[in-house]
Amino acid sequence: MEAVHAGAHGHDHGHHPTGLMRWITTTNHKDIGTMYLWFSFTMFMVGGAMAMVIRAELFEPGLQIVSPEFFNQMITLHALIMVFGAIMPAFVGFANWMIPLQIGASDMAFARMNNWSFWILPVAGSMLILSLFVPGGAAGTGWTMYPPLSIQMGMGMDFAIFGLHLLGMSSIMGSINIITTILNLRAPGMSLMRMPLFCWTWLITAYLLLAVMPVLAGAITMLLTDRHFGTSFFNAAGGGDPVMFQHIFWFFGHPEVYIIALPAFGVISQVIPAFSRKHIFGYASMVYAIAAIALISFFVWAHHMFTTGIPLTGQLYFMYATMLIAVPTGVKVFNWTATMWKGALSFETPMLFAIGFLFLFTLGGFSGLVCAITAIDIQLQDTYYVVAHFHYVMVAGALFSAYAGAYYWLPKWTGHMYNETLGKLHFWLTLIFFNMTFFVQHFLGLAGMPRRVPDYALQFAEFNKISSIGSFGLGISQLLFLYIVIKTIKGGPKAGDKPWDGAEGLEWTVPSPAPHHTFEDPPVIK
Amino acid sequence: MKKITNKTAIRLAAAFAAGIAFTGTALAEMQLNMGFPVTAAGQTAYHLHNLINIICLIIFIGVFGVMGYSMIYHRKSKGHKPAEFHENLTVEILWTAIPLLILIIIAIPATKALISLKDTSDSDITIKATGYQWKWGYDYLKGEGEGIKFMSVLATPQAQIKGQEPKDEHYLLEVDNPIVVPVGKKVRILTTSNDVIHSWAMPAFGVKQDAVPGFIRDTQFRAEKEGTYRGQCSELCGKDHGFMPIVVEVVSADKYATWVDEQKKKMAAAMGDPNKVWTLDESKAYGEKLYNANCAACHQATGKGIPGAFPALDGSKIVTGPKEGHLAVVVNGRPGTAMAAFGKQLSDTEIAAIVTYERNAWGNKTGEVVQPAEVKAAHK
Ligand SMILES: [Cu+2]
Repeated sequence: MEAVHAGAHGHDHGHHPTGLMRWITTTNHKDIGTMYLWFSFTMFMVGGAMAMVIRAELFEPGLQIVSPEFFNQMITLHALIMVFGAIMPAFVGFANWMIPLQIGASDMAFARMNNWSFWILPVAGSMLILSLFVPGGAAGTGWTMYPPLSIQMGMGMDFAIFGLHLLGMSSIMGSINIITTILNLRAPGMSLMRMPLFCWTWLITAYLLLAVMPVLAGAITMLLTDRHFGTSFFNAAGGGDPVMFQHIFWFFGHPEVYIIALPAFGVISQVIPAFSRKHIFGYASMVYAIAAIALISFFVWAHHMFTTGIPLTGQLYFMYATMLIAVPTGVKVFNWTATMWKGALSFETPMLFAIGFLFLFTLGGFSGLVCAITAIDIQLQDTYYVVAHFHYVMVAGALFSAYAGAYYWLPKWTGHMYNETLGKLHFWLTLIFFNMTFFVQHFLGLAGMPRRVPDYALQFAEFNKISSIGSFGLGISQLLFLYIVIKTIKGGPKAGDKPWDGAEGLEWTVPSPAPHHTFEDPPVIK
Repeated sequence: MKKITNKTAIRLAAAFAAGIAFTGTALAEMQLNMGFPVTAAGQTAYHLHNLINIICLIIFIGVFGVMGYSMIYHRKSKGHKPAEFHENLTVEILWTAIPLLILIIIAIPATKALISLKDTSDSDITIKATGYQWKWGYDYLKGEGEGIKFMSVLATPQAQIKGQEPKDEHYLLEVDNPIVVPVGKKVRILTTSNDVIHSWAMPAFGVKQDAVPGFIRDTQFRAEKEGTYRGQCSELCGKDHGFMPIVVEVVSADKYATWVDEQKKKMAAAMGDPNKVWTLDESKAYGEKLYNANCAACHQATGKGIPGAFPALDGSKIVTGPKEGHLAVVVNGRPGTAMAAFGKQLSDTEIAAIVTYERNAWGNKTGEVVQPAEVKAAHK
């Protein structure tokens, strides 16, 4: 390992390609982290544009803008692009940038593979987007790709399957890299239990990814062979079972939720202590809670399938197991609150986003508890209540925490302070429009509006209109973030090595912007 | 339509001014909770949902009360100095144990509610609901009305969906043939599907059950109040997923008996005389109506299909080729595609008329009439 590492280094010192070649051939964790973050934001814009199409069609009852087929393609691609193209790469970007800086390593363990993990992504993302232009259009199955509907789809489905395979490969390589880096390249004296919580969440997330991405690959490969090679894994007429796909998919899909949520928890666990000027409360219990959540996430998958007709005993088991997740999740929220308690709080943009995260993620947790109760979930399954629930977890959970992290580390990345007023404006716009978009969707779901429909009954009209207006505001507000970031890269007040007086960690011991090579001699942790 | 837009705009303006999402008057008109179910099992779930919301609200106020206090009084700008503590075992054990206890308290009624919902034994009437892309088929299998079967298709006209006509009260929630059941009787619904997964859902009964092709699942309800109840397919099933509603009419025992009688007479009429010989015009006219109800969703009223998704019939080799090949596709379907086996859904008389229409509509001019007896021969 050390040999590989040293080799990569020697190469870097030898000659620096410039221009485009620098980015294509780079093995530097900071360059790769930057590329991940830009890729993620680009996909966020593409997926967001699709969300705008969806909400525009749902602005009022009737079919106005798009055909139902195209609507289904939009909901599918919106989800796939946001989950696999925007949220996951965003946190991998954070991991690339920050893990070596936080553990005092000079780079990721497998620097060349790191380059490869990234450059697969644009290819995969293009496959998803290109599928819109093949005959029959993109897959119109929803991101869950349930057969037999996904068997009926045209070539766009094969594009999606191939794209997902690539994304899975990228994730697996990225995970191996992160695990190896964390386990082997920590600075002398940094024991696992002294590691920043962001690294802890990524270590556990990487194991989750390693465990479940191959399961997804298996499921979609079976879809592929059912589609083209005459197998009958999911076809009852050939002895298969369509519901088996759902079991396999959700065995991947539920841990996937935590693959997104855990690094978000990690970012929040860095930001809250920094702006409370106080150590994180219950470090050890935070680590155990992350591990517990990750473990339980493997045993609850069928709560996504309460209406498929699993037997009573199965439903009871999955209900109890799902309710249990509330315990470690509660511990985390309580610990964050206790961290703030009696601190010396200040409310810069990263802290605002972190508090916004706490507030909204807790609401998402509550609606999750409601959905865990099978008798209630049967009413809510496949309605807008579920849409509201997972957007509180995904958007409010992942996006808010990604913004918290971005504003928190932006001075370290660029060497400049961002504009605090604009940052706060971005926060408030995002918070208000997010709630306007998604809070009302709880009511739609409770009243019985199914999800994934391009048109709806008149009783749902008012809330849909509010939701659509909110979503347009939410979409436009995100352009402000782009403006703030570009402005910060171009200039702004110089950031010191440690621009946040309450921040802790090795990343604040290196200059801002972080030089191309850091920690070539490992720091010693006392 | 215009009026609604203005009202919403005013409300939004008011909401912004107040700094909250919406005003009290707006709330009064819009449904904020589940509708109150008309089945005992549904009502149990309804009350359980309210209970959990209250528990969540209390926890929310507790946690964010503490956080809010901290945010007001522990500010750096107020000169508050950070405390040193970062661990407390007692507190941590407490906030692990207390939530666990609350969950156990919730789990008890949750278990009871589920058990009552899942009990499908001893039903008075059993109805099979079959999902098709994109309509429902119902077969009364057991109990009063046994033998009745019919298709239930969206009744909202296309013109309303496309905005060429004002939308009526039950827009998208109305069908040509609703299911009718007697009040106070336990009805077991068996679900299955002919093509992809659909889901039979009726919010007022607290019921939702996926319809999985190749498998039979079941659910049940006992509606305690007469009335018309409306639901929708609740599993994405392709293009017209949003356009296959479910309507159940719960009626008195007397009315139900009358309905059963009518249905039996209607079914006898629809079967037609399988030996009758049809003329071209007669068959084509009957076929056009049936084509628009059963085939136009995919192949389009123009017969042009949707390129890349659904093939055109106008000028198609199969449609203008030998009758046998054309009949085989319509009667037995094309496995692995959206083309269903209509032999299982429609009578031979009906299929004969559709095929006659397709072979003589648009640019297709075979001049051939397909007779019901020929359809019979095409069944596999
Ligand atoms: Cu359906």
